[in-house]
Amino acid sequence: MLIILIGVIILHLLDLILLLVSTAANAWTVDGNISAHLWYICTTTTSNYHCQQSPSDDWLQAVQALMILSVLFCLLSLFFFLCQLFTLVKGGRFFFTAIFQILASLFVMSAAIIYTVMKPDLETDPACYGYAYVLAWVAFPLTLISGLIYIVLRKRE
Amino acid sequence: MLTLLALTSVVILGIVPQTQAIVVYTGWERHALVGSDIRLSCSFFSWRWTSPDVSFSWSYRPDGARDSIAIFHYANGEAYVAKKSPFWDRLEFVGNPSRRDGSIVIKNLDFSDNGTFTCDAKNPPDIGGSASSVRLLVFENVPIQAGVITGAIIGAVLGLLVLIVVIYYLMRFLVARRVFSLSVSKHGKKGKGKEGSQQRQAPALSAEQAKLKAAASEKKKQESRKDKK
Repeated sequence: MLIILIGVIILHLLDLILLLVSTAANAWTVDGNISAHLWYICTTTTSNYHCQQSPSDDWLQAVQALMILSVLFCLLSLFFFLCQLFTLVKGGRFFFTAIFQILASLFVMSAAIIYTVMKPDLETDPACYGYAYVLAWVAFPLTLISGLIYIVLRKRE
Repeated sequence: MLTLLALTSVVILGIVPQTQAIVVYTGWERHALVGSDIRLSCSFFSWRWTSPDVSFSWSYRPDGARDSIAIFHYANGEAYVAKKSPFWDRLEFVGNPSRRDGSIVIKNLDFSDNGTFTCDAKNPPDIGGSASSVRLLVFENVPIQAGVITGAIIGAVLGLLVLIVVIYYLMRFLVARRVFSLSVSKHGKKGKGKEGSQQRQAPALSAEQAKLKAAASEKKKQESRKDKK
């Protein structure tokens, strides 16, 4: 039981870290020296780098909002899990935790889908996706699995 | 003590400016609609007092061009607008040099005015330091500012969450109240039902016989009514 608990908490923390890095790191699109989205467009030359704010398109603001919401909901579900761990009756299920975790996974999925569909090409050649974008897609199934685990999990002693 | 502090501060202020430079402040980016006026502000910080020889120089570099052209210069109490610049008839000096303000107003903007404006202020003998640039973007209609939609979506979702939680607890509270009144009547009904079922189970035969008699009497009554009609 303790192993399951530790495993579940580690998975949850991993999800949280993935979501935080994906939201905060500015590398959803990488094109040589240019790394862009979600917040800035940064150009690195040999001696320095120069950043300017990303143009405030509607879809980009939606992606920003959805990523921030997914981080918030993941934090809230961790908080609820720790609360329910001590207050739930024996045999009860962690429904609140599961709902918030599944909502977080839905938000990450929506953000990644919107970004994939609406992404403009920075240069003539289509640019590569950066590591933050990959982390967002990796975080989606992990949070979904974590949420489903919380639905199945029952509280014992 | 106080005089010692004052002396040290004066000495420090006397020494320090020779190593400090002037710092010019403009905005970072300005958005404007086509046909409107825009005020480009420029001010500076300098350790020295504002001298009467303070000077402001504005230059303009269009988007995509490599060189910048001088468009405005203020020195010795006189404002000069460059005759060959694209702004020579649209530029007005609205700054107050004695208050370290060297702002200009450009009227009747057009899409060709997109570019970077650089303000260079000098406060003799404090002439070191770098100029500062502000980027002008001219739009047909002003786009939604960065972060407005983000904040709206986050606020809406969190508000919905709070609403759902409030409604959930409200429903629990109300149902708890109703359950109290319902269970009283239900207990009554249930009690009667249980008692009734217990009673029925014992004299089952007599109940069935009573039902049969009742059904027969009802049929007779109906027949008599039909006969009457």
